[in-house]
Amino acid sequence: MKFRQTWTAIRAMLILTAALGIVYPLAVTGVGQLALPAQANGSLIRVDGEIVGSSLIGQSFTDAGGNARREWFQSRPSAAGAGYDGGASSGSNWGPENPDLIAAIQERQVAIERADGTTDIPADALTASGSGLDPHISPAYARLQAAGVAEARGLSAADVSDLVESMIQQRDLGYLGEPTVNVLQLNIALAMLG
Amino acid sequence: MGATIWFLIAQLATIALVLVLVHRPLGDYMAAVYTSKRDLTVERGFYRLIGVDFHSEQSWPAYLRSVLAFSAVGILMLYALQRVQQVLPYSLGLPPTSEHLAFNTAISFVTNTNWQSYSPDLTLGYTVQLVGLAVQNFVSAGVGIAVAVALIRGLAYRSSGTIGNFWVDLTRGTLRLLLPLAFVSAIVLIVGGVIQNVNGFQDITTITGGSAIVPGGPVASQEAIKMLGTNGGGFFNVNSAHPFENPTAWTNLFEVLLMLLIPFSLPRTFGRMVGDKRQGIAIAATMATLYLVSVSLMTWAETTGSGTAPHLAGAAMEGKEVRFGIIGSTIFGTTSTITSTGAVNSMHDSFTSLGGGMALVNMMLGEIAPGGVGAGMYGILIIAIIAVFIAGLMVGRTPEYLGKKIGAREIKLASLYILTTPTLVLVGTALSFAIPGIREEVATVSIWNPGLHGFSEVLYAFTSAANNNGSAFAGLTANTPWMNAALGVAMLLGRFLPILFVLALAGSFAAQDRIPASAGTLPTHRPQFVGLLLATIVIVSALTYFPVLALGPLAEGLR
Repeated sequence: MKFRQTWTAIRAMLILTAALGIVYPLAVTGVGQLALPAQANGSLIRVDGEIVGSSLIGQSFTDAGGNARREWFQSRPSAAGAGYDGGASSGSNWGPENPDLIAAIQERQVAIERADGTTDIPADALTASGSGLDPHISPAYARLQAAGVAEARGLSAADVSDLVESMIQQRDLGYLGEPTVNVLQLNIALAMLG
Repeated sequence: MGATIWFLIAQLATIALVLVLVHRPLGDYMAAVYTSKRDLTVERGFYRLIGVDFHSEQSWPAYLRSVLAFSAVGILMLYALQRVQQVLPYSLGLPPTSEHLAFNTAISFVTNTNWQSYSPDLTLGYTVQLVGLAVQNFVSAGVGIAVAVALIRGLAYRSSGTIGNFWVDLTRGTLRLLLPLAFVSAIVLIVGGVIQNVNGFQDITTITGGSAIVPGGPVASQEAIKMLGTNGGGFFNVNSAHPFENPTAWTNLFEVLLMLLIPFSLPRTFGRMVGDKRQGIAIAATMATLYLVSVSLMTWAETTGSGTAPHLAGAAMEGKEVRFGIIGSTIFGTTSTITSTGAVNSMHDSFTSLGGGMALVNMMLGEIAPGGVGAGMYGILIIAIIAVFIAGLMVGRTPEYLGKKIGAREIKLASLYILTTPTLVLVGTALSFAIPGIREEVATVSIWNPGLHGFSEVLYAFTSAANNNGSAFAGLTANTPWMNAALGVAMLLGRFLPILFVLALAGSFAAQDRIPASAGTLPTHRPQFVGLLLATIVIVSALTYFPVLALGPLAEGLR
């Protein structure tokens, strides 16, 4: 009796594996690749024909030492590998009372205050995202960086500021999520500005 | 802060509207699926291949044996797949997993928990993810619904020796319900930007001249069933916080809806099958009330942002994505922990003490508001039995539910059900800190955050495992022999002991005739009964867990 159940279970599992583990994902892949190839392959962005990233995956705009490169808008702090490692998504998992987190926030505050001359810093600039690959910053953080970026590039502050405003994406359907600025897209547009 | 409340209300109103519209057709459809006398041609072919007599129903011990045989085969197969990963195609050059990790992961996915002691990005190739994990995402959900339906049949049948046929229930739930819904949902997710390819990791040169990696993978097919089946195991390490699993604010809401869809429709199925839709409404109302209170409390905690680090940063944004914001994170986090899904779109370990505490409380309620697919339904029916029993004691009458007597055997089974998970949670947590040798390993290797928060990480892990949730305070390093083994056992017993008690109950209800309602019968469809259910849930969970909560999140958060 038990033996019969086990054979039934094995056969059922094998057939279901073929259907759910092979046919189903292949069917979804087929539809995705044929009907929605841009999204299915990662919403890749090309500049002059070369893939430079994905509009969904954040990148860092720092030098080899991890310091902000002033001529680019900066992404949020990241805990993915050494920062924005697309092969190792991760948050910091630091708790609200963790001394390491408190020290990191203070350090970031000091760095931004020194660079941009303000103590009114939005929270997303001081905290690492859940994925470590957050492609967005808040409009407030983008505005905060505009003057410094303009100066580093020798552009007019007004032009860069206008660019930031034009790149703000409002909430989905007007009420879902938060307004965002996509850092990679902003920097690509910035590079075209000069 | 004023605007925040309106955005919260608008999103909750959207969720409520969709569920109100969808639960009737979906609940009725599920009732039809599980009661229909007709089998599809493909189903008949399948039954012949596996050697099942689909015309005959099973007694409860036979039904249980089938559940256990099928799950055992699933665990062995998933274990084997991981251990030979290096020879499988599309494995991205990854080695086999360790014995204890394979043990933990196999149990985790078969029990619908989807606890992940490992980082999938670095551990599992595409073949194990698809042929192993995704298959269990479907069938473990199918098993959960089957057991719930068996219990409902027990309440609906009169003087019957059987409670249905497991193989038929499993097949129909998978083929007629989960597969079509998952397919459509996967396509919707791709529209939103979830990837579906076999590209592996792509190296690219960025506009600054640096290099970056864009990951690939068959993610959408996995993501859809992961939410729909309240499984929760992520394709990537950071789960639904990863932009390729959950790219936008609207996919976030869509994924929340997928988690709630079946659990909130099953009460309708229940009402249909027992021939009184009002019974289902009372159950759904209880679930919805708890959900609303819970999501409000977590959102309050996170938007208030108390605690040293959130206060310093100006908001509790550590571990949260800008595109979701705080509300998108708390709605998702509440839904995931209160449905036993365990997916995360933000790092619960970095939540405020009380916000993270709410995630714990959601799981401690026993996964019934609305709980996992199937498991939530049978969980709340057990609570209903306890509530009826307590009410019966107060007025001195023999308690009955839907015309079935709650006698000594029934209340014993229900009590054993209620006691199982708290025992596993509390004993598992206590042993982690009590056994010499283990204690040191837990403190130095496993725990990530210092102080009280470290205790909460271990408590969270056992709460999540025993309740088959799968979310984590993910700073915890669980890929150690002790954690993998102890959590594996907690998941296994936390799943199959309750199923044993539920099926035994189903059998004893089915065998009873239905007593006609009399003037002294407690009506179980009125607001009064909803209140009684809520009180029972709160009292049972609070009495069980308050002391241990006081040691962790309450001690950290209330100062």
